[in-house]
Amino acid sequence: MRFGVLVFPGTWSDRDCYHVLDKVLGQKVEYVWHKETDLSGFDCVILPGGFSYGDYLRPGAIARFSPIMTEVAKFAAAGKLVIGICNGFQILCESGLLPGVLMQNNHLQYRCQWVYLRVENNSLPFTSRTEESQVLYIPVSHYEGSYYADAETLKELEANKQIAFRYCNSLGEIVEEANPNGSIDNIAGIVNKAGNVLGMMPHPERACEGIVGGLDGNVIFESIIGEVTTRAMGCVKLD
Amino acid sequence: MPISKETLDDVALSKEEYDIIVQDLGREPNLVEIGLFGSLWSEHCGYKHSKLLLKLLPHASPRVLVKPGEENAGAVDIGDGLCVVMKMESHNHPSAIEPYQGAATGVGGIVRDIFTMGARPVALLNSLRFGPLSEARNRYLFGGVVSGIAGYGNCLGIPDVAGEVYFSPSYSANPLVNAMCVGIAEKRRLVSSRASGKGNLLMLVGADTGRDGLHGASGLASQTFEDERELRPTVQVGNPFMEKLLLEACLELADTDYIVALQDLGAAGLTSSAIESASKSGSGVIIDVAKVPRREEGMTPYEVMLSESQERMLVIVKKGCEDKVKAIFDKWDLRSDIIGQVTDDGLAKIMDGKEMVAKAPIELLTSPPLYRPKGVKPNWLEALQKSDFSDIPDIRGDASSVLLRLLSSPNIASKEWIYRQYDHQVQINTVVQPGSDAAVLRVKDTKKGIALTSDGNGRYCYLAPFAGGIIAVAEAARNLSCAGAEPIAMTDCLNFGNPEKTDVYYQLEQCIRGMAQACKILNIPVISGNVSLYNETRDEAVYPTPVVGMLGLIEEIDRLCTTGFKRKDDIVVLLGGTDTDTDSLGGSEYLELVHDLVAGIPAINLNLEKRVQQCCRDAIKRGIIHSAHDCSDGGLTVALAESCIAGNIGIRAKWKIAGRVDSELFGEEQSRIVVSLEPSRLRDLERLATRHHVPLQKLGVVGGSRFIIENMVDLPLDDVTDAWKGGLQRAMA
Repeated sequence: MRFGVLVFPGTWSDRDCYHVLDKVLGQKVEYVWHKETDLSGFDCVILPGGFSYGDYLRPGAIARFSPIMTEVAKFAAAGKLVIGICNGFQILCESGLLPGVLMQNNHLQYRCQWVYLRVENNSLPFTSRTEESQVLYIPVSHYEGSYYADAETLKELEANKQIAFRYCNSLGEIVEEANPNGSIDNIAGIVNKAGNVLGMMPHPERACEGIVGGLDGNVIFESIIGEVTTRAMGCVKLD
Repeated sequence: MPISKETLDDVALSKEEYDIIVQDLGREPNLVEIGLFGSLWSEHCGYKHSKLLLKLLPHASPRVLVKPGEENAGAVDIGDGLCVVMKMESHNHPSAIEPYQGAATGVGGIVRDIFTMGARPVALLNSLRFGPLSEARNRYLFGGVVSGIAGYGNCLGIPDVAGEVYFSPSYSANPLVNAMCVGIAEKRRLVSSRASGKGNLLMLVGADTGRDGLHGASGLASQTFEDERELRPTVQVGNPFMEKLLLEACLELADTDYIVALQDLGAAGLTSSAIESASKSGSGVIIDVAKVPRREEGMTPYEVMLSESQERMLVIVKKGCEDKVKAIFDKWDLRSDIIGQVTDDGLAKIMDGKEMVAKAPIELLTSPPLYRPKGVKPNWLEALQKSDFSDIPDIRGDASSVLLRLLSSPNIASKEWIYRQYDHQVQINTVVQPGSDAAVLRVKDTKKGIALTSDGNGRYCYLAPFAGGIIAVAEAARNLSCAGAEPIAMTDCLNFGNPEKTDVYYQLEQCIRGMAQACKILNIPVISGNVSLYNETRDEAVYPTPVVGMLGLIEEIDRLCTTGFKRKDDIVVLLGGTDTDTDSLGGSEYLELVHDLVAGIPAINLNLEKRVQQCCRDAIKRGIIHSAHDCSDGGLTVALAESCIAGNIGIRAKWKIAGRVDSELFGEEQSRIVVSLEPSRLRDLERLATRHHVPLQKLGVVGGSRFIIENMVDLPLDDVTDAWKGGLQRAMA
């Protein structure tokens, strides 16, 4: 399968995602410059972390107008897999591919730390290799990661099982102390209604090698690889 | 035209210096020329008072590729075709005036120095000094500086992996903000800053030029001030997004053969950038200021040449390659303009369209008079050093409470409050996170790792400038050795008061001599550095504060070591230290915190230091020890507590206390490392210590959930941990 890693001006996790997909997971991966207008041939595109356009105005508010975003919308509409990490999540929300917004952290400081996440739905293409309610240890690094959506949207997210991850403690309990940024209901990641577009604030690419502190990020990429391989073989998933 | 005293004051030139200019130029300089001389002859650019002393520092080793002054930063060979490029720089005065932007642009400046050489920045470090956090203004400055570093560094995607911060009344009016950047480049791709080759083009890239930062180099960085709050307009405003674009575009450019040189615009803007770049190759330059894109109307040639607008880069483009270079900058949406060319007449010629507005020999512009005033040991220092501590009550039954006080004091407490605001993981190389003795990064596609640390105890240097200089180097090297890394290169930032005063010059000279001696004995070349003088307000100088940034190499990344105790039943051993009864209270954190006393003489035995470090590195390489932690602020007891906290496991320790209890527990004797190991390896460690002639002393056993030093301290580990972890947070609340 082929991964595309989008590069906006100001993106910086592009090289990290590329490294992990290429060197750790042995996948085909290419950078896609934001001015390009073609995503054909890719099975999954990643919108990496960073400060696209310096986060000026609002994180993601300018990047959503980059030419490539029109293609990302079509790509998503065709059911292909899109994952936005950190700034990528913010861009996906700004472009309306995901509901809700990411606000400044409630303590008004940047926060870079390891956090625990509980998998809230393990039947997504991004989590299919995880156990039910598995706890993952993955870092966050952001200033604007406090997820917010209105009550109605939240109800919908719950009803459609669109909440992918919640911040939790090491035991998997969803508690306020485990929330690094004030996200509503401890939400750390969500998918769209169709389940093929994921946005998450934590950085799974930073937790794919033991030497840098953890391996739990791999399961997300492995789930994607498994999903795409299954699709390519024309298999029907039996739930 | 006679030049007024006010004009000379504006650019910090003395009447004597002006006379030299008139004589060598053979005429009165005009205003633009005065601006050029003032900037280039400033302390900041010209190192007038420090250059002769800096020659004392050793620069050579087989690994050194670029020495101080040759390029924008120093470089050392780390094998595998790679080199590490690094430098440290101060942004003290701007940060005192506007902490967020001052610190942010400090980061921006040092990062440009690194990617200008074609190296990708892989790490940032910060060394900070403020007044006590009990004062609201100091909390404001500290909070603002940390946010500024975070705001700029995080946006660039460069991990901020290490640093230190100290609080002392000495820094209340004049905080210190030193930023260090480390980059990695392919050796064959290192880019020069020498503007050579007649007819090659000067291309200015990045931000437009405004009136911000006029006289930054000559004024702000080279004089003292009564009230710095009046000077806000001299501080530049950073645009980290522009810097990120410049970084990526320049690294793309460094991979081509289209350019001769890259030179960033820092202090004194276009003036120092173009003229120093031409000076390095012995050529000349002609610049047309009318071609410089402006962000304000009506700027004079003087203002254009001296502007310190940030995020600008000068590219020396091979003639004929300008379109290809422009295409790269266009891709990154960066503006680029040809503003001049390289000549071979050794002159700097500044044009405003067709009119020549300045013309001077580059040799003269870049050869300021060098001063070596006489330093005199001040009387007040004699008195402080002679202090007798016998009047000070020793600790009786309250060692536990003293320990908790020390652990929660902002100088010793965990710095997590700071580094959790910095992205310290991006680029996924961070193997040892901030909080250990040194940060360790892997070098991708090799087996190697690099260890980084910064150090510099101003209080020691205040009390004993020579020993303080030695200790700054020794402690940085010890931090690296505790990680299992061999120290291979050093950069520094020398923060002092007004060098025209005899006592300040004495401090400067003694500190540099001490550093030089330590570098020689420990075999560590100084490859780059920066001097920040005139750190005074209302006649009060800061503590003499040489900050050392050091690079260590780990040949095999899986053979590294960290601070925390690892396993129950491991034995704890002290490497080094002497068995004398003399107290080691002089200059200690304990003495200042508990007895409000800054006095005594810190001391160090460099030969013992060298052996202790070698022994520790050897023990790590052979896999004998599980942890290593250097004894520094707060002494042995604090070091033990920190190893317990990091390992989340207790200790039961006991050792013979010969002299004063406070000195034994909290004295800051140098050359000591706390290690832990399996009991079965003790013989191996003893043999190694004997071979290195290093004293070794058993201290105790790891285990349990209490922190116990028999008959002295007995505390639940949770209390010890809480004191240390929450100290800084509570001070900022």
